[in-house]
Amino acid sequence: MKEKIIHTDYNVNIEGRNRSGTAWRWIFQASTIVGILALVALLLNIMDASFGYVAYEAKVNPATLASNGVPLEEQSKEQLVALLQSKLSSGAFNKLDKDEPFEKRSRANVLQIVNERIVKYEVVQVWDLWSSLTKSAEIKATVAKDFPQADLKFISWLTADFITRPQSSEAITTGVRTAILGSLWTILFTILFAFPIGVGAAIYLEEYAIDNWLNRLIRTNINNLAGVPSIVYGILGLAIFVRTLEPLTSGEIFGLVDATTANGRTVLAAGLTLGLLVLPIIIINAQEAIRAVPQSLRKASYGIGATKWQTIWSHVLPNAMPGILTGTILAISRAIGETAPLVVVGASTAISFDPTSPFSKFTTLPIQIYQWTSRPQPEFRSVAAATILVLLIMLLSLNASAVVLRNRFSRRY
Amino acid sequence: MATSATNGLKKKPLNLRRKTRLGEMFIQGLLFFSGIFSIFTTIGIVYELGKEALLFFQMPEVNLLQTLTSVEWKPHVGKFGIWPLVTSTLMTTVIAMSIAIPLGLSVSIYLSEYASPKMRSILKPILEVLAGIPTIVYGYFALMLMTPLLRNIFGNDVVQIYNTASAGLVMGILILPLITSMTEDALSAVPRSLREAAYGMGATKLEVALQVVLPAALSGIAAAVIIGISRAIGETMIVAVAAGAGPNFTFNPFEGAETITGHIVRISGGDLAYDSIDYNSIFFLGLLLFVITLTLNIISQRIVRRFREVYE
Repeated sequence: MKEKIIHTDYNVNIEGRNRSGTAWRWIFQASTIVGILALVALLLNIMDASFGYVAYEAKVNPATLASNGVPLEEQSKEQLVALLQSKLSSGAFNKLDKDEPFEKRSRANVLQIVNERIVKYEVVQVWDLWSSLTKSAEIKATVAKDFPQADLKFISWLTADFITRPQSSEAITTGVRTAILGSLWTILFTILFAFPIGVGAAIYLEEYAIDNWLNRLIRTNINNLAGVPSIVYGILGLAIFVRTLEPLTSGEIFGLVDATTANGRTVLAAGLTLGLLVLPIIIINAQEAIRAVPQSLRKASYGIGATKWQTIWSHVLPNAMPGILTGTILAISRAIGETAPLVVVGASTAISFDPTSPFSKFTTLPIQIYQWTSRPQPEFRSVAAATILVLLIMLLSLNASAVVLRNRFSRRY
Repeated sequence: MATSATNGLKKKPLNLRRKTRLGEMFIQGLLFFSGIFSIFTTIGIVYELGKEALLFFQMPEVNLLQTLTSVEWKPHVGKFGIWPLVTSTLMTTVIAMSIAIPLGLSVSIYLSEYASPKMRSILKPILEVLAGIPTIVYGYFALMLMTPLLRNIFGNDVVQIYNTASAGLVMGILILPLITSMTEDALSAVPRSLREAAYGMGATKLEVALQVVLPAALSGIAAAVIIGISRAIGETMIVAVAAGAGPNFTFNPFEGAETITGHIVRISGGDLAYDSIDYNSIFFLGLLLFVITLTLNIISQRIVRRFREVYE
């Protein structure tokens, strides 16, 4: 037998232990603060680039383009078209007309083309918000010395105009209407595809599925799909929706486009790809919502002779709906922010026309952010920052509606 | 039966058997189809990626041995060595996890053991906001703030404009909320009685947290870390924006190097011609990503199932 050792002079060392307790407590708190600081830095970084001084020059002074004393900004659409016809080469003019006939274009769109092709505003330098506020005099002196022709203005890159203008190639005249509409169209098809299948799958798993190998496989599989990187869904979408199902996603089988020019890189293909991506999220959230409906409700319904589907349709689903919708909104906000799969599926980056059907080419807000961030010119960084603000505001309002929904309709049993 | 006929009433025998309701069966069929749809998705991924990856290896320029051993990935001269892409992926992942694991553990211990309920109700939504920001925004953040910061600290000639360190650090911030929330769930699931027993023995708060609660929640924490790694490997937009374009076999975190995901995004931007070698190569790289992340996810689930300490 081993001899038992008994500590008679056991050193409790309360003070030392408490000291290390306090030290670690500080470490834990500091880590939390680091996390919060990261969020603050991220937001400040975006705000910093979204506002500030910009110096820009016009190739042709807009004042010289006034006709009969009417300044450029106030001319009618016909006058603007005539101006374009006289200033542009006939080839360039006809190409614009071919892209979309001038009769169909809005006055704003024509004015934008005039600004882009004839006036040609060019940004010569931009400053961020911080230096604009602290070094205002210095900036004014630099501009007066280096760019005597340039106008200096303090602007917010995020304006109502920025949101309603279509995209263009110049930072100062570009806008995100094309991208916002592209995002909305894409999300529409994501919801139409993923919501019914996702809720259906959740009902099946919670209400019908017995415990056998197939249903266990489905459950594990859904959990695994939720962990697949989004770019893999993009590659899958490229292979299936863009290539294999090209007649469908390009609109060819509906006779909308010619088979020779059919291209599957459309809103529909993008929406379906994102649908596959968010499907596991919708299923998992809907399962939880359905599971939270108390068993007594189902039993009461069976007790008065309702069938299984009647019970589900009239009692389980109405009670689970707030939870299902909250989960769906969260899935949508994930889909709206996704970039990588859409790049792979083939978003067009330089289009200035609004998407008009499921078979339109598209661009979305995150794609534009990626595009503009990747450009070397600093003014596009500011455009990207303003676009990020638009995206974050959209996400924030979606999440706020999810919280409202949860608080308003949640019931406790 | 005979008696019912005699009193004139046509009384049918009471049928207590279950009716076959066609409508109900049809609905059940539809629901079953929805349920099994996810299996089709997985089959689709494996089949499509596998098929095109095989085509990739059937191309005359490519051979498997060279792919697995070479350290050069230069599609335009027909060199397809996987290692430069793999090492840069590992590098961003390691940098990200070296930020996310210590910070994530500290934050979750603070939230579950130290923070007052009021503090928690403020901090948790902040972490949720952090988790809800699209990754492209983090990419912007890496390029616009983290890279200039690193260049200021270490010097412009040491740190290139595009580098894996910046992408990795920001990716760590991205993964922080994921690890924190999973770890916090695991810590909160440890029953109160364990903590109280330790306090009863005279342990300090720190000792309870680190020596009692943390070991009891270890399986959950391990699962969180593995999920975090899997997320870091598959993360795309941060590296696409900030880590650099062009495969580069290097272990210097201040140099630009393209990861697997970054490479896929760069070459598939624009119209990629079908059946070109680039087209097939993204399927091979996608399959590689799929297999790695799937393996990690399965390991994480196994750990939870096998090593979970069950308390009544």
